[in-house]
Amino acid sequence: VSDLLAARGLFGVSLAFHIVFAAVGVAMPLFMVIAEWRWRRTGSAVHLELARRWAKGTAILFAVGAVSGTVISFELGLLWPRFMEFAGPIIGMPFSLEGFAFFAEAIFLGIYLYGWDRTSPRLHLASGAVVAASGAASAFFVTLANAWMNVPAGFEMRAGVPADVSPFVAMFPPGWAHEVVHVLLSCYVATGFAVAGIHAFFLLRDRASAFHRAALRIALGVGGAAALLQPLSGDFSARQVAATQPVKLAALEGQFETERGAPLRIGGLPDAERMETRLALEIPRGLSILAFHDPDAEVKGLRDFPREVWPNVLNVHLAFQVMVGLGTLLAAAAAGGLALRLLGREPPAWYLRGVVALGPAGFVALEAGWLVTEWGRQPFTVRGVLTTAGSVTPVGGLVVPFVAFGLLYLFLGAVTAALLWRQIAKAPVGAGGGA
Amino acid sequence: VTPADLLGAAILVALVLYALLGGADFGGGIWDLLASGSRKGEQRALVERAIGPIWEANHVWLVLVVVVLFTGFPRAFAAISVELFVPLVLLLVGIVLRGAAFTFRTYDRPEDRVQARWGLLFSVSSVLAPLVLGVVVGALASGRVRVAAEGARPLAWLAPFPLAVGLFAAALFAYLAAAYLAVEAEGPLRDDFRRRAIAAGLAVFACAAAAAALSFREAPVVFHGLTGRHFSLPLHLGTGAAAVTAFLMLFRGRVRAARAAAGVQVALIVAGWGASQYPWLVVPDVTLASASAPRATQVALLWALAGGGVLLFPALAVLFRVFKGEKPFSVVDRPR
Repeated sequence: VSDLLAARGLFGVSLAFHIVFAAVGVAMPLFMVIAEWRWRRTGSAVHLELARRWAKGTAILFAVGAVSGTVISFELGLLWPRFMEFAGPIIGMPFSLEGFAFFAEAIFLGIYLYGWDRTSPRLHLASGAVVAASGAASAFFVTLANAWMNVPAGFEMRAGVPADVSPFVAMFPPGWAHEVVHVLLSCYVATGFAVAGIHAFFLLRDRASAFHRAALRIALGVGGAAALLQPLSGDFSARQVAATQPVKLAALEGQFETERGAPLRIGGLPDAERMETRLALEIPRGLSILAFHDPDAEVKGLRDFPREVWPNVLNVHLAFQVMVGLGTLLAAAAAGGLALRLLGREPPAWYLRGVVALGPAGFVALEAGWLVTEWGRQPFTVRGVLTTAGSVTPVGGLVVPFVAFGLLYLFLGAVTAALLWRQIAKAPVGAGGGA
Repeated sequence: VTPADLLGAAILVALVLYALLGGADFGGGIWDLLASGSRKGEQRALVERAIGPIWEANHVWLVLVVVVLFTGFPRAFAAISVELFVPLVLLLVGIVLRGAAFTFRTYDRPEDRVQARWGLLFSVSSVLAPLVLGVVVGALASGRVRVAAEGARPLAWLAPFPLAVGLFAAALFAYLAAAYLAVEAEGPLRDDFRRRAIAAGLAVFACAAAAAALSFREAPVVFHGLTGRHFSLPLHLGTGAAAVTAFLMLFRGRVRAARAAAGVQVALIVAGWGASQYPWLVVPDVTLASASAPRATQVALLWALAGGGVLLFPALAVLFRVFKGEKPFSVVDRPR
């Protein structure tokens, strides 16, 4: 394994691991605050129990997320010192603001978790709300930095070094809004469906459990609303990517030829050697319509770009298919849940089974989407300016920390899953009617 | 005074607060490892109670230092990350295991065997992390880390002076934690931690003497900074007075005064290291000026720090009032 590949592997593992906990840290506090708020408003004991149990789950997940996030802040320099030397002054602003958001999360989560008997009801509920808001703010700021890597702005290159740096222009590069909205929604979708899947599983065993019914309502309510909005945000994203990152668009659609009225490809295997995408279901003019809202619009193909700036087309295209496919399923499930709720019906068993099956889908889609944006930007860390190979550390032997952290994260992931399972499994079975 | 100097001061303030808050958390873990006598279990329970609500916030200071460093002084961040790769990776392993083990212990089954397993992982990594942190500081101060002199030298930090600073940091944090815990304990448990604070204080003194002696040959810049600058004498007098006060108060059982004096002592030690190393970030190759980001970035960062601080400090005040205040309800609980 080359050091560059080990560095990418280590950073990829660290982010793939952390991103799960980060997404949970955005959405879970909201669920827990909604549950507590319901309890304070209605006195429903089930909701108090729910808030307390979700808070415990949040505590475990937040702690692992906090330490794995600290790892990433150091790894930026340990693995990519040339990137940070270049980009630190330009995108440091969102990172420093994210530092304060992280502070707020940690402080008020401490108050929330340990303060049930030490604070006034109002301060307690407000602390939870601050955790939820600052979790979203953290994700917002970090995504701004990623948006800049995709579409760098706010500086001029002079003789290989950045000059005329304007940190506030760099903080909001073209296309920041679509990426931020897409990422925030994905956190609520992924966490909402994962939590809903777990509670649906227990509800199938004990249909009378008011506890699991209340949990499902909240998780599916928030997650489902986000899942219904996500396709709109995806459309917004596709048009932005088409305008600002044509290579990425061509790769994720498997589009090799430049053509008017380009088709939308569903599935299929792009073959970079033969420059064609086989076995795809093609919807005529679909891509032109989606990317430009015009059936005759011209879509640039990969052939128009030098081979050395192509990402791995197969990886990007497949990851994109996974994200869109699962996102569509989740939106359909959300629409079904909404229909049931409007009809005033309790979710039937077949629907609960579907929710259980879709439990991991949100997180798989989220990881796939993250891979799309990262693989799709290769071979660059800062698109068009700095390559990944030019960013990496000169330190050798990176395979050692790669394997070590890989094992460490496997261990942490397994323990976390076991502890969470125990938290939920010992939930009050049949604790019906507490309300 | 340039923006770079102000940012350097901000980093130093964050490091002082990290030592006073995060350092004491590490120290708590050290006392978990060294728990002994008939009140072993109570000592560990007190440590857990004391740091449970606040440890996550206390460790954000380190993240803030990292962020300010790479935004304001990107060349220093890159150089440190390359040259001190090995100890920094060890620090990360310590931080991850420590936080995860502490949380897992809190939420895992209450059986002794399960608790002991996580407790051991938590306490051992609580020793590892401050040791490595001290080694990093010692390496930066000693001039052993040469930036891209003849390629990366992954083990340049492995020398007596950085190791002595590592031990010094661990002793200092243990001392601070014992002084804090003596306030939060009651009865015989208070005497346990009072005695521990005194013992750790002696260890701090021994480590400081060893590091100072080694610095004469191994870290001449810091040695000179600590002996020959205009602030040297008042700094040493202040630190010495705080140390003597802390000891006297510990002997006389006035634990609140001892806690305050120990805090002042540690703050002066960290601030004194920073001041004596000024203007170097990495002795002798990287200074605040030579590593600086463009002025526009540094000014924007200063504003961000000022704005963030306005929100941060009141929030921290609420946190500590709720969990460490004498009457937590008085500020936060209004009659309904």
